[in-house]
Amino acid sequence: MKISFTRSQKKTIARIIASALLFAFVSLLPLDGALRLLAFLIPYFIIGWDVLYHAGRNIIRGRVFDENFLMGLATIGALAIGQYPEAVFVMLFYKTGELFEDVAVARSRQSIADLMSIAPDTANLLRGDEFVTVSPEEVPVGSTILIRAGERIPLDGEVIEGTSELDTAALTGESLPRAVSVGDAVISGCINLSGVLTVKTVKTFGDSAVSRILELVENAAAKKAKAENFISVFARYYTPAVVAAALAAAFIPPLFFNGVWEEWIFRALIFLVVSCPCALVISIPLGFFGGIGAASRHGILIKGGNYLEALAKADTFVFDKTGTITSGTFSVVSADADALYYAAYAGAESTHPLSVSIREAFGTVDRSCVKNITELSGRGISADVAGHQVLSGNAKLLQENGVLFEPDGAEGTAVYVAVDGVYVGCVLLEDTIKPEAQKAFADLRSLGIRKTVMLTGDRAEAAKRVADSVGAAEFRANLLPQDKVAAVEELLAEKNGSLVFVGDGINDAPVLARADIGVAMGALGSDAAIEAADVVLMDDSLTRLPEAIRIAKKTRRIVIQNIVFALGIKFGVIILALFGVATMWEAIFADVGVAVIAILNSMRMLKV
Amino acid sequence: MQKSYKLENLCCAHCAANMEHAIKKISGVNSATIAFMTQKLILEAEEENFPAILEEVKKAIRKVEPDCKLIEP
Repeated sequence: MKISFTRSQKKTIARIIASALLFAFVSLLPLDGALRLLAFLIPYFIIGWDVLYHAGRNIIRGRVFDENFLMGLATIGALAIGQYPEAVFVMLFYKTGELFEDVAVARSRQSIADLMSIAPDTANLLRGDEFVTVSPEEVPVGSTILIRAGERIPLDGEVIEGTSELDTAALTGESLPRAVSVGDAVISGCINLSGVLTVKTVKTFGDSAVSRILELVENAAAKKAKAENFISVFARYYTPAVVAAALAAAFIPPLFFNGVWEEWIFRALIFLVVSCPCALVISIPLGFFGGIGAASRHGILIKGGNYLEALAKADTFVFDKTGTITSGTFSVVSADADALYYAAYAGAESTHPLSVSIREAFGTVDRSCVKNITELSGRGISADVAGHQVLSGNAKLLQENGVLFEPDGAEGTAVYVAVDGVYVGCVLLEDTIKPEAQKAFADLRSLGIRKTVMLTGDRAEAAKRVADSVGAAEFRANLLPQDKVAAVEELLAEKNGSLVFVGDGINDAPVLARADIGVAMGALGSDAAIEAADVVLMDDSLTRLPEAIRIAKKTRRIVIQNIVFALGIKFGVIILALFGVATMWEAIFADVGVAVIAILNSMRMLKV
Repeated sequence: MQKSYKLENLCCAHCAANMEHAIKKISGVNSATIAFMTQKLILEAEEENFPAILEEVKKAIRKVEPDCKLIEP
């Protein structure tokens, strides 16, 4: 781990060393009285002059409870009652702690910035018949750009020439390279590993994946978690309260209860040293920031600390079926020969996943003999095939057209076919379930997710097969899009913790918005999904979900540790001081030591 | 109208919280968030008085941390 210091940090280090050496030397001198005070004042001013200067400046501006003032007052007080070494020591440690804080914050900012250094600097744009190097902002939509091996893809686009493999790790956390060839979409921020690619751009730089991701992570720090707001509010009352307690401790016992002045003033000074809230206040956003950074390194974009906090409390997971648990492709399990023929022909022009799978199972379709194709949303297709009127679709389609038939009860998705109003048979298809789905569900359960529910517009037989094989506790089938919102609302009323909805982000924006946390999968291409979701998974692997929960829980653990630890030590020292058993050294530990430990603890998040 | 600004020399998290609190109290400001880690201020305020409000915001920032500067994009 390389640490580089800024110039002002180097100056501070030099002052700390000089002051510490002088302090050690002065402590060894056999001095008395005023001479001893003068001797200790030298290291005191070397290390503390700026603290006193800032304190003075802030008092003039009417700000009393600032940390410079507190430290200045505490040390001057210590000098006044003859505790010279303590005064120097408090200053020394205070400055060391501050330096440490500075370095830690800079480092975690840097590590997030490195993580996010996925923005490409240049693009090779085709102008006339040669490629010129320009900045990605200057490339209009529809331009042709060239990406050589080793270069980062500057803008989202489509490959028009060449084949290669892409390293998508910086965006998706996926380490396996992805093969691309002509016709495939490529996403900015990925690295071209082997071949030369010629790409036609489909977005401007500002709309490209890389810009959107950077913007999202940058803004995530602004959506604060409850813990962070709590600490800010707490700090606003904590400092004045402790200072008031210090005043009371300094004056009330000596004035009214025959206390010894020096003793009680000393106790009051200890109060002042521990009254600084900075350690607490800084360690909370640092922890959440680290958590958001760790998640984005795994291809999980979390839009704010509040969502990270909510994820840690998740107890219900609701999934959309198609495209989320299943990959959105189907395979034909069984089919009546005539049914397959007519279904393939009726769906000749359709891009619906079912039609595509049926055509694949059938073979080549002669498109010239299909006419009058009508796609009926949520039902199927009606078309003229070689002079016959064909209906191909779900049970509803046939029922509505008065065709008599026996619905098939087998598991899977059924496409029923009727020719000239007479039922000819059905094609039975199965969803392809994502290979990692079962493990992801098991992991979620072991992480304490109480309930997993699958929602689908598909029929119950198809839904049951998928739900059973992945281990979803419940499923709801035959839902229209608006029914999904109602189902989520019903589940929201039952939950204890927070409810997470996972979808592919294409048709489920209202549901994403309604859930406590909306997760859009594989959403790199879809702007609407990135907009509507609270958490965006860059690839479509379900294993990202347990990972996200783990990161969220770890972040929460660290934040709670910091709050309990810092407050515990501070209050502990205050109570000890009240009974006269705390020393100035312990007070300094309660302030600076606790700050350093809390910061180190938060920085563990950066290594996930 | 919502705008986001970079804050320079914002070096204490507690000060950032105090600043945020002070800015929220300025009349005409609908919401203000300071993200200490990214050193950003996100300010939402009434459109017509925006320049005047921004001056008030700058004053509030100076009062809390004299070295801290708001960078206008």
